[in-house]
Amino acid sequence: MPIKKFFKNLIELPHTFLQSFIRHDKPTSDRARSHVVFSNFFLHTISTRIHRYSLKPTFTFGLGVIAASSFIILCVTGVLLMVYYKPAVNLAYDSIKDIQYIVPSGRFIRNVHRWATNIMIVSVFLHMARVFYTAAYKKNRSFNWVIGIVLLALTLMMSFTGYLLPWDQLAYWAVTIATNIAASFTELTDALNITQVFDPGGFVKILLLGSNDIGQDALLRFYWLHCIVLPLVLVMFLGAHFWRVRKDGGLARPEHLTDKDLEGTPKDPLSDKVFAHAPQKTYGLMCLVKGKSPAVGRSPEQTVSSWPHLMIRTVALFMLTFAAICVYSYFLDAPLREMANAAVPENPAKAPWYFLGLQELVSYSAFMGGVGIPTLALLGLALIPYLDREEQEIGRWFDNKEGRRVALVSFFFTAVVVIAMLVLTVSFGWLRNWFPKIPQLIITFVNPGTVLLSFFVFWSFYCMAKYKSTRMAAIALFTCFLVSFVILTYFATYHRGPNWNFYWLHSQWPIH
Amino acid sequence: MSIEGRGSKCHCSSDTEDKMSRRDFLNLSALWTCVGAWVLTTMGLLKFPKPALLPDPSRTFKIGKPEDFPVGTSKILDDKKVLITRDAQGISAVSLVCTHLGCIVQKEVNGFSCPCHGSKFDAQGDVIGGPAPRGLSWLEVSQVPGGKLVVNAAKRVAVGTKFTV
Repeated sequence: MPIKKFFKNLIELPHTFLQSFIRHDKPTSDRARSHVVFSNFFLHTISTRIHRYSLKPTFTFGLGVIAASSFIILCVTGVLLMVYYKPAVNLAYDSIKDIQYIVPSGRFIRNVHRWATNIMIVSVFLHMARVFYTAAYKKNRSFNWVIGIVLLALTLMMSFTGYLLPWDQLAYWAVTIATNIAASFTELTDALNITQVFDPGGFVKILLLGSNDIGQDALLRFYWLHCIVLPLVLVMFLGAHFWRVRKDGGLARPEHLTDKDLEGTPKDPLSDKVFAHAPQKTYGLMCLVKGKSPAVGRSPEQTVSSWPHLMIRTVALFMLTFAAICVYSYFLDAPLREMANAAVPENPAKAPWYFLGLQELVSYSAFMGGVGIPTLALLGLALIPYLDREEQEIGRWFDNKEGRRVALVSFFFTAVVVIAMLVLTVSFGWLRNWFPKIPQLIITFVNPGTVLLSFFVFWSFYCMAKYKSTRMAAIALFTCFLVSFVILTYFATYHRGPNWNFYWLHSQWPIH
Repeated sequence: MSIEGRGSKCHCSSDTEDKMSRRDFLNLSALWTCVGAWVLTTMGLLKFPKPALLPDPSRTFKIGKPEDFPVGTSKILDDKKVLITRDAQGISAVSLVCTHLGCIVQKEVNGFSCPCHGSKFDAQGDVIGGPAPRGLSWLEVSQVPGGKLVVNAAKRVAVGTKFTV
């Protein structure tokens, strides 16, 4: 009887419905759990089993997961903030104030959005350093490193475009400076006296601002970039980044591992097992897994189930990141100054701290500090895997004793050179102070920033010659980049005051 | 097409190297038509983000009659970001926008200084220190029928140019 069948179906509905969308058994055994990981759309970004070395805390420090976690937190809080934020010059500031003082838990959400940015930027930088120093950009992982550099640039652009949105003094003047940096090609064309006929700087500025000055169009364009374009692009690149990690056979790891290497990593009953029926032939899995094919005649040794070992760690890192941001946000409010005023600049007008190293360079030459050197740095970073193609053991911090030595010596070299350069510039000024009539073109190409850069390049070539290794040269140059970035950022954050003058302490700033 | 153990040679090429099957030809033309359409569409859209009309307030503005600026006046127009000076030789307008990165310079006893990156200019607006690539812009001053003075902020003139009333 159809009617009977119908009622039977109706009674069984919850069960059949559940079965239709969960296509696997209860995850009660390792095998069932593997099946879940394999067939679930969200979980299939991870492999069913993961190598023990990839879970070693002192190898990755969980930095990639922390960066991704903070990005998720930023997306969620960002979407929430969009409910109340109004991207119009006469409304933006007030809507931020509403969020800060009236909207229930608005202040907390804004704080989380602000401080998660800091966590994301720091973890992205450290993650890059981890990948670099463990040589994890080698062996087919070159292009994923390039994707990583694109992600770094996108992260910085996201943060920069978000900076204008509160429409306060800090935002207005930091973005005035930043867009003029983007337009600073004019410095070069002016010096060559060709701006009238060829003005890429002015073009970039109009493209960015929709106008010559920061106004409604600029605010809308930044809002559009910050909320739609950049997140979308970032998510796509992030997807490709994860996908490639998976397809390259997981995280980079050394070929020969000792028991000591695996200390402190989890184990499961299958980790040490050697299968009797291990594969006797190798297959490149539909040409998708790059590099060496799976082991012949051996079991997938030293791996553990991703569920629970990887998952529990990922969730723990997410929760830790979130908790740290929450604590920070509870005690510290995101800055909000007076409303933007186009007639009175903030003094000093400082960009967010992670751009201050660049701002220090910009205070020597707008074009070189803001466009030339950053472009060279990003290009140099992206090309590392193609210029250093030495075969070597990957997956160990600083490779070996020699690498550790080069990194350490480069650290001291950079610290000395950068500090000496800052002392020189602060106490004696630069070419313009000595020869007021000097052509700008000379200053554009010879300023503390370019001098530092040439010191670093020289040092890198010196290391290449001394150790006869491109990898050592790369370690030297990368260390120079990282250390100078940190020192310049620190210097500009704490020792630059009104009129970009040098002060030992914030309390010495003049009052006006 | 013959496969002669030279790897997997694409079977879209026919027996002789220079002869293409009708099917391949049509397929390829369809493909390149798509590519062409996409490229042309994208090129057509390239101009989209560049505003055809800038929303800025006019860069040419009236500042008042010469009588409003008696000899010896030195007046800053905050919203226009210019300094208007009148001396025995005439009236001049100097832009207060720093040539480095667009902050507004402050008037000091004997020159100007920029709060953002410490550029310093002398009383004429020439650079004497800091990162500014060139001196402050002197702007064109003129007079319209009716006697009002007009400053054109888009037009730079030589340092020291003064409008004689």
